[in-house]
Amino acid sequence: MAKISDQYNESTRWQDLSLACDVFVPATSAEFRTGDWRTDVPVFDAEKCKQCLLCTPVCPDSSIPVKDGKRLDFDFDHCKGCGICAQVCPFGAIRMVKEEK
Amino acid sequence: MAIRERLSGNEAVAIAMRQINPDVMPAFPITPSTEIPQYFSSFVANGKVDTEFVPVESEHSAMSAAIGASAAGARTLTATSSCGMALMWEELYVAASNRLPIALALVNRALSGPININADHSDSMGARDSGWIQIYSENNQEAYDNFVQAFRIAEHKDVQLPIMICQDGFITSHAVENISLLEDEEVKNFVGEHDPENFLLNSKTSMAVGAYATPAFYMEAKKAQSEAMKNAKQVILDVAKEFKALSGREYGLFETYKLEDAECAIVIINSAAGTAKDAVDNLRAQGKKVGLLKIRVFRPFPAEEIAEALKHCKAVAVMDRSDSFNAHGGPVCAEVKSALYGLDKKPLVVNYIYGLGGRDVKVENIEEVYAALEEIAAAGKVEDDYRYLSVRA
Amino acid sequence: MAKTLEIRWHGRGGQGAKTASLLLADVAFNTGKYVQGFPEYGPERMGAPITAYNRISDDPIRVHSNIYDPEFVVVVDETLLTAVDVTKGLKEDGAIIINSEKSGEELRPLLNGYKGKVYTIDARKISVAALGKYFPNMPMLASIVKVANVMDEADFLEEMQGSFKHKFASKPEVIEGNMQALRMSLQEVK
Repeated sequence: MAKISDQYNESTRWQDLSLACDVFVPATSAEFRTGDWRTDVPVFDAEKCKQCLLCTPVCPDSSIPVKDGKRLDFDFDHCKGCGICAQVCPFGAIRMVKEEK
Repeated sequence: MAIRERLSGNEAVAIAMRQINPDVMPAFPITPSTEIPQYFSSFVANGKVDTEFVPVESEHSAMSAAIGASAAGARTLTATSSCGMALMWEELYVAASNRLPIALALVNRALSGPININADHSDSMGARDSGWIQIYSENNQEAYDNFVQAFRIAEHKDVQLPIMICQDGFITSHAVENISLLEDEEVKNFVGEHDPENFLLNSKTSMAVGAYATPAFYMEAKKAQSEAMKNAKQVILDVAKEFKALSGREYGLFETYKLEDAECAIVIINSAAGTAKDAVDNLRAQGKKVGLLKIRVFRPFPAEEIAEALKHCKAVAVMDRSDSFNAHGGPVCAEVKSALYGLDKKPLVVNYIYGLGGRDVKVENIEEVYAALEEIAAAGKVEDDYRYLSVRA
Repeated sequence: MAKTLEIRWHGRGGQGAKTASLLLADVAFNTGKYVQGFPEYGPERMGAPITAYNRISDDPIRVHSNIYDPEFVVVVDETLLTAVDVTKGLKEDGAIIINSEKSGEELRPLLNGYKGKVYTIDARKISVAALGKYFPNMPMLASIVKVANVMDEADFLEEMQGSFKHKFASKPEVIEGNMQALRMSLQEVK
C-alpha cells in the first residue's frame, strides 16, 4: 500500500501538495511508529492470561491484537507503554517494566 | 431568446438557482434574503428542481451542511444576510480552505448594532478575507447574471474556491424592476455538469477531507489558496466573455462610466452605483468632467487594473458602505489606496462612509461628493480624508 | 434624460399599499415601460404608516433612492392625512389621490397648503359594493392609472382581466368583483 510519507513530506512544494491537503491514502496512522515514544513496556504472561479480553478495548492505541477470540502479544510498533492494560488485568498477566533500548 | 420580465432581486436570484438546478441547498432564513430559500423551496416542492433542500437550524449549520455536501461531490448553494453570515463565520474559512466551490447568495444587510435590517456592506466586507470570491451587483439583472456565472468560476480547476454573489438588501432584493432572463436550457448548458476530480462519494477512491496541517504544511496550503484566488481573475473574465456571447451583456472586473477623461471620479459598489450614474449625467450636462468606477469583483481585488483606470484623475472619492473602525478609513478605500500606491503620479483620495443601515443615497448626495472632489482637486490637497456622508452633525 | 414618472404611496401596514405599488409596476411593465416598484422597509407593524414607491419610464431606470419629489401621491388611508406629511415634495403640477368619501376641496385644509390637484375616491364604498369586503387596493390602482394617465383605460381593464385570470386561477369567482371595482373606480375618481 502507498505510504502518505512517500507522497507528501516536509520537502513538498506548495505546487505539489494535494488540494486542501486532502488525503487519498487510508489508515495513514499505521505508518507512524508511536512505539518509539515508549519508556515503559508491557510484558505479557500467556500462562496467567485467562483470555477475558478486558485489556483489548481499553488500549488507546489499538495495540492488543485479537485473533480467533484470543489476544496475542502486543503490537510494539504502536504501543506507547501507557500501562492501562496492566491496571485493568485482574490476573496479573501484564507487567510494566522499564524499556531497554 | 431573452425573456422580458419584472422581478425583485431575490426572485431573480431564486430563478437563477432554479435554472442551475443544484444538488443541495441547505438554508436558514434571515431578512432580507429569506425570500430566496422561500421561493426555492417552492420550486423543490413543485418538482421544478431535483435539489435536496435541507432546512437547518442555524446558519452555522447551513454552511456546515453546504461544506459536507460540496465535499461529497454535490453542487451546493445557500443564501444569507448580515448576522446569518456572521454565524457562518468559522465555516466560511473552512469552505474556502477546503477549496469547495459553494455559491452563496448574500443579500447585504447591516450587522448589529444598533439592530437594523437594512442595507449596508458590513457583512460581506467583514468576510472579505475569508477566502471567498466576492462579486457585487448593482441591480436585479446583475444579481441574476452574476449568479448564473458563479459556478463556472468557482468550479474551474484553476480556482476551486467558494463564491458569494452580493446585492443590496431591500434596495434591490425587494425592488421589482425590469430584467432580461435567459431560457432554462441556455442556463443549463452554460453552467454545465459539476464534475469534481475528487469527492467523498466517489466509491473508487478513499479520501479524507479537512486534514490537520502542521506548521510544516499549513503555509504551503495557504500559498496554494492564495494562487487560486489570483487565478480567479482570468477565469472571471473568461466566463464573462462566454456569458456575453450568450446574453449580450458585458461584464468585467469593474465597470467604468464616463471615466476616460474624468478629472474627478468616485469608486462605488452595488446599488448606489446606479444612482451615482444619474449624478454623473447631471454634472456632465453642466460641463463637469466627472466619472465613476463601479467595482464588480472585490475578491480577487483588481488592483493593477483599477490603478490604471484611475491614474489620470485629479481627485477620487472611494465610497464605503461599511466602516472598518480603524480610525483611518473603510475597507474599499484601503484597497483602492494600496492599489494606487505604486503609481508615480497619484490622484488625491478621499474616503466617504455612506448609506450605513439603509441610509438612503440620493442623486444630490452623490453630487455633493463630486462638489467636494472639485474643491480637493482645486486645492491640490485633502484636508480630512475620512468622512461620513449625509450624517447629521 | 427622458422623463421618469415618480409616484409615492402612503398606507398603513396590512392595507396593501406595497401590493398596489407592485401591481402598478406590473401594469406599466405590460405596456412596455421600464418600472420600479418598491416599499420603504422597516420593522413590519400592522397599522403603522408605510410608504411605497413607483418609477415608470421609457428608458432603463438606474437610480435606487427613495422618491422625494413625486409627480403623484396616493393615500390609501384617509387617517394618514393628519399623521403624515403626505404632500411633502409633491409637485404642484402633479396631483394627490386620497381614499375618502369627502371631496378634494373638503380635504385640502389638511394638505399643508398644497396647491395642486386633489382627487378623491371612496374606495370603501366601491370595494364593499363590488367585492362585499373592504380592500382599497383595486380602487386606488384604477384611480392612479387614470389620474396619472399611465395607460389607456380599455387596455388597462383588458390587462387586469388577464392578470386576474392568472392570479385568481384557483378562485375565479372573485375576478368579476375585482373587475367591477376597477370599472367603478375609473368612473368615480374625481
